[in-house]
Amino acid sequence: MHIIGKGITRKDSLEKVTGHAKYTADFEIKGMLHARTVISPFGHALIKQLDLTEAQRIPGVRAIVTGDHLPLTGEELRDRPPIAVDRVRFNGEVVAIVVADTPYLAMRGVEAIKVQYEQLPVVNSPSEALKPDAPLLHPNMGQYEKIQGVYPEPGTNIATRTKIRKGDRTKGWAESEVVVEEKFAFRTSDHAAMETRCSIAQIHPGGTIEITSSSQAPFMIKKLIGQYFGIQPGTIKVNTPLVGGAYGGKASVQLEILAYLATRAVGGRIVKMMNTREEDMLTSPGHIGLEAQVKLGCTKEGTLKVAELLYLWDGGAYSDKSIDLSRAGAVDCTGPYNIENIWCDSLCMYTNHPYAAPFRGFSHSEVHFAFERTMDVLAKKLNMDPLELRYKNAILPGHTTPTQFRLNASTVGNVPKCIEKLKELMNWQEGQVTNLGQHKVRAKGIACTWKTSTIDPNASSGVILTYNPDGSINLISGVVEIGTGTKTVLAQILAEQLKMDIKDIHVQMHVDTVNTPEHWKTVASRGVYMAGRAVLAAAEDVISQLKSLASFILRAPIEDVEVGYGKVFLRGEPSKSIPIKDIAYGYTFPNGNSIGGQIIGRGHYMMPGITYLDKETGAGKPGPEWEVAAQGVEIELDTREYRYRILRAVTVVDVGKVLNEKTLTGQVKGAMSMGLSFAARETFYFDSLGTILNPQLRTYRPIRFGEHPKYEVAFVETPHVEAPFGARGAGEHGLLGMPAALGNSLSAALSAEVNYLPLIPELLWKIKGGER
Amino acid sequence: MLSADIEYYRPATIKAATELFFSLKGENKRPVYYSGGTEILTLGRLDLIQPGALIDIKAIKECLVFEFDRNNLLTGAALPLTYIEDANLFPLLSATSMGIADHTARNKITLGGNLCGQIFYREAVLPFLLCDSVVTIAGQNGVESLPIGQIFNQTFQLAEGQFIIQIMTERRYVDLPFVSIKKRQQWETGYPLLTVAAIKVENQLRFAFSGLCPFPFRSKEMEDELNKAGLSLPERVKRAIGHIPGPVLHDVEGSSEYRLFVLENTLNEIIIELEGR
Amino acid sequence: MAASPPQKINVSLDVNGETRNVAIRPADTLLFILREYLGLTGAKPGCLNGDCGACSVMVDHTVYKSCIMLAVEAVGSKVTTIEGLKDSPIQHAFIENFAFQCGYCTPGFIMNCHALLKNHPQPTYEVIKEWLSSNICRCTCYEEIQEAVMSVIEKRE
Repeated sequence: MHIIGKGITRKDSLEKVTGHAKYTADFEIKGMLHARTVISPFGHALIKQLDLTEAQRIPGVRAIVTGDHLPLTGEELRDRPPIAVDRVRFNGEVVAIVVADTPYLAMRGVEAIKVQYEQLPVVNSPSEALKPDAPLLHPNMGQYEKIQGVYPEPGTNIATRTKIRKGDRTKGWAESEVVVEEKFAFRTSDHAAMETRCSIAQIHPGGTIEITSSSQAPFMIKKLIGQYFGIQPGTIKVNTPLVGGAYGGKASVQLEILAYLATRAVGGRIVKMMNTREEDMLTSPGHIGLEAQVKLGCTKEGTLKVAELLYLWDGGAYSDKSIDLSRAGAVDCTGPYNIENIWCDSLCMYTNHPYAAPFRGFSHSEVHFAFERTMDVLAKKLNMDPLELRYKNAILPGHTTPTQFRLNASTVGNVPKCIEKLKELMNWQEGQVTNLGQHKVRAKGIACTWKTSTIDPNASSGVILTYNPDGSINLISGVVEIGTGTKTVLAQILAEQLKMDIKDIHVQMHVDTVNTPEHWKTVASRGVYMAGRAVLAAAEDVISQLKSLASFILRAPIEDVEVGYGKVFLRGEPSKSIPIKDIAYGYTFPNGNSIGGQIIGRGHYMMPGITYLDKETGAGKPGPEWEVAAQGVEIELDTREYRYRILRAVTVVDVGKVLNEKTLTGQVKGAMSMGLSFAARETFYFDSLGTILNPQLRTYRPIRFGEHPKYEVAFVETPHVEAPFGARGAGEHGLLGMPAALGNSLSAALSAEVNYLPLIPELLWKIKGGER
Repeated sequence: MLSADIEYYRPATIKAATELFFSLKGENKRPVYYSGGTEILTLGRLDLIQPGALIDIKAIKECLVFEFDRNNLLTGAALPLTYIEDANLFPLLSATSMGIADHTARNKITLGGNLCGQIFYREAVLPFLLCDSVVTIAGQNGVESLPIGQIFNQTFQLAEGQFIIQIMTERRYVDLPFVSIKKRQQWETGYPLLTVAAIKVENQLRFAFSGLCPFPFRSKEMEDELNKAGLSLPERVKRAIGHIPGPVLHDVEGSSEYRLFVLENTLNEIIIELEGR
Repeated sequence: MAASPPQKINVSLDVNGETRNVAIRPADTLLFILREYLGLTGAKPGCLNGDCGACSVMVDHTVYKSCIMLAVEAVGSKVTTIEGLKDSPIQHAFIENFAFQCGYCTPGFIMNCHALLKNHPQPTYEVIKEWLSSNICRCTCYEEIQEAVMSVIEKRE
């Protein structure tokens, strides 16, 4: 098949449109065993009896794994048994694994296992968890192992508390003439990547553990499984082929542990574990929920003076990544505004809900929903245009963040410019609400956003470049291709740097931790920045190797030779050159003497200057830069029945530099779509037993074709000087302001405060007093 | 996929199908009739049903008719819903059908499967309830035809081993003015918050509902109130709501209070539209 | 091995123009057989419940979700999977319009688009919506997919 269209589209295009692209579950070999899980149907219960006898008798069932004698796991706080022992703390928690010859025999085994439960009182929300008489989900919290920066509060359901203490709130309140206070809540939900998680594990005779997994974090699998089970990381090999959507959900290490336990139980034979959709929603970690209280004070003119915030995160039954999520929610606990006095407590709460993984935006769409809704409430009270209020308070170089980091023109994007552009694109001057008659109103809502990436201070990204005899290059990076097209962008960066045709760059799409240099995790919109810097370093390495060999062959000083267009040539006399293909594998003199060898470039990158946060004040530099955006939504609402359509959604984002416009636009629009879907329809529904009532895609409903609005995206370019070509992240920002902007448009249309998600017509009806 | 090993049969005649049912039954093989099969496969994979043998009725020609026979429209139970929609011989049925699941799924879901499913919306029954259709069923004692009012009460009251072959609808009904409205929790995907189908017959309106109670129904009592032309529209609707024949659903799709609110609006909309025609 | 061997039956399936003889359990879905026994992993498991459309294939001229169809039901019909599409305009259109990101829903979406364009050479937006709302794409915003379909239609004009 020929590629049609100018320039290179994605490097994985042809494979993906022909069905030949391989994802984890597509690997199947003879003799492979299959594992399935028994999961808890209840939110909180004691396991009174686990009867395996009938299942063990089924022909073809090879092993049944239960939770005894396993280490506790958890990325920051080790609170989670990989398989439940004695008690289950959420609907979906694994109680046993059945390993069998075929998927259907494993199913049969699961169906034959009988579990008797005894219900326990359920903690069904973070505010319930905070009550003094709430059931304690982790009475042994004080004994759990933890990493730096985790502050559990034993005797409570608080897994950690992050404090932001900036300025003096007393002074802030004293200076405030106008005050508003709002409360917000939404339950946990799901990523619903179309590929359910899948892991394949085996233990080779020499002891090497090989895991193939649909993951954003193959290197973390190696590290954590090593730590949990006391295995040298070098003996663990992880493969990650293409990943079928992730959105943060595949950054957690969960199914891999089970697959490892399954293979261990059958003497190391290869075992495949693929989540059903139900398991993917219930058992594997999902999207965090939040209850928030936001109190803002400002002057009569609308100058923000103080923010006081309480965030109660619904981290679920185990803390894993929700500790970090609650921390990130504190780091950017406000919108992108200059506020001198900030007091925030961000608490990671245990509940009897499925636990949380990162979700695209890492707590920011959640916090922004609460904060940016409150900004609109404040604007209303001030009788001020909400866009104007934001413009007036926009954070600028020279200001400090909630963590007291002083920004400059590189470390923060241009908020005022984004607002100006949004104003124009939204046709804002025509007014926020238009009454169309016939019970129909049109309304616009906006939100401003920012985000930094709170990733580990020592997170590293590496790239290896190897030459082929034809002068083409293999680009090997630890970034996982989860759909973002990052590896295609890396190829572009390399092509640009080496002044070569992108067709001559062969990108290794899969990751194999033995031969691929580490990229910490493919998260936080940091692939292009970190791996891009590693590419630049590797390109420099290759260039210097080519130059030194060529300078000798061309008989010119290194300073006078240049690399590009497939050649190394003299700067002053370009016709004197040598093709790269003639030296990429060393150089052979006419008489056969040879020197050099295959040229191999390497580069790596770590973000400089990142610090841990101060325990008492939160002060520190949590991330490399703050990307900003201004976003808007326009809806048409039927005021009689509260049904609405989203007409259009707009994002103006400061991306630093556009590297691949189509890919970038696709990322932003896709994120917007996910944000609207989350805001307008997605949630788990829990009953009083903590059982989730909608763990299928027919009852948990991501947005579908035809329900989508018109999307518009515009870019502002304020370079982040440390990043390749100044580019900022792209993967998450389209999502961040969508829930708030949609909430603001509906609040404007209804002249009522809409502070809950999802924004379904029934909620609007209730808010308008429909229930009575 | 079902974990159990099952047997699969595809008889070509009605008689063969019913005989097969009873012989499998005699061998304790838990036979079920299989049409589109989508619900059997989705509930079966969750171990919520445990069929032992499937009797696929899609090869039985009587189950595949969709044509007028003199004054009746015959609609076979094994027809895929999209086939019915594309042929569009019965516009109300097409309209109601198009709200079910999604287009690709409806290539597989059949009329009979939707009518006899465990998932309680069974929206395809609404047009037939409105048109007093006649249902032809096969069973141990051969083939018989019964008015739908006699055999449908929340579900089809089929004896063991019986299955629906086809449904007959008088021609005079199929072109009557109608409305079919499906409202969902949000936008255009998902189970009904409420589905209402209505037709106008000799100046009288008929209504059938799904998603309001845990079963689809048509209520003469509600129709009587809704047709009281002497009363104001709000009053008619209010009185009709007093005759809802069961508990109003209260679940993840919506609370019972909200459903009643939507019902009120929807009835208003439908009456205004149909009385205007 | 198993005490009671699984009850398998030998069937002949016509898949992408090839006759494939395979021993199946009657309980096996078409998706399972395509992927596990015939090595055709283009159709993807996304829900196994008929909800997401990632496993869509064509059987004769109709698009089906192969997770809610038994393999035995496809006997006697022509099954076309994404691997059986060769150089079809919609595949090119998906590339040119950036109509996929992770690519997991893509085979199902393309098969549905392909069936749509075969059955409706000039579909209205309503028909496009009716058909394509059968599949979930979690990465794109659907505009790209819409543009891909429209571009094929426009080229026909």
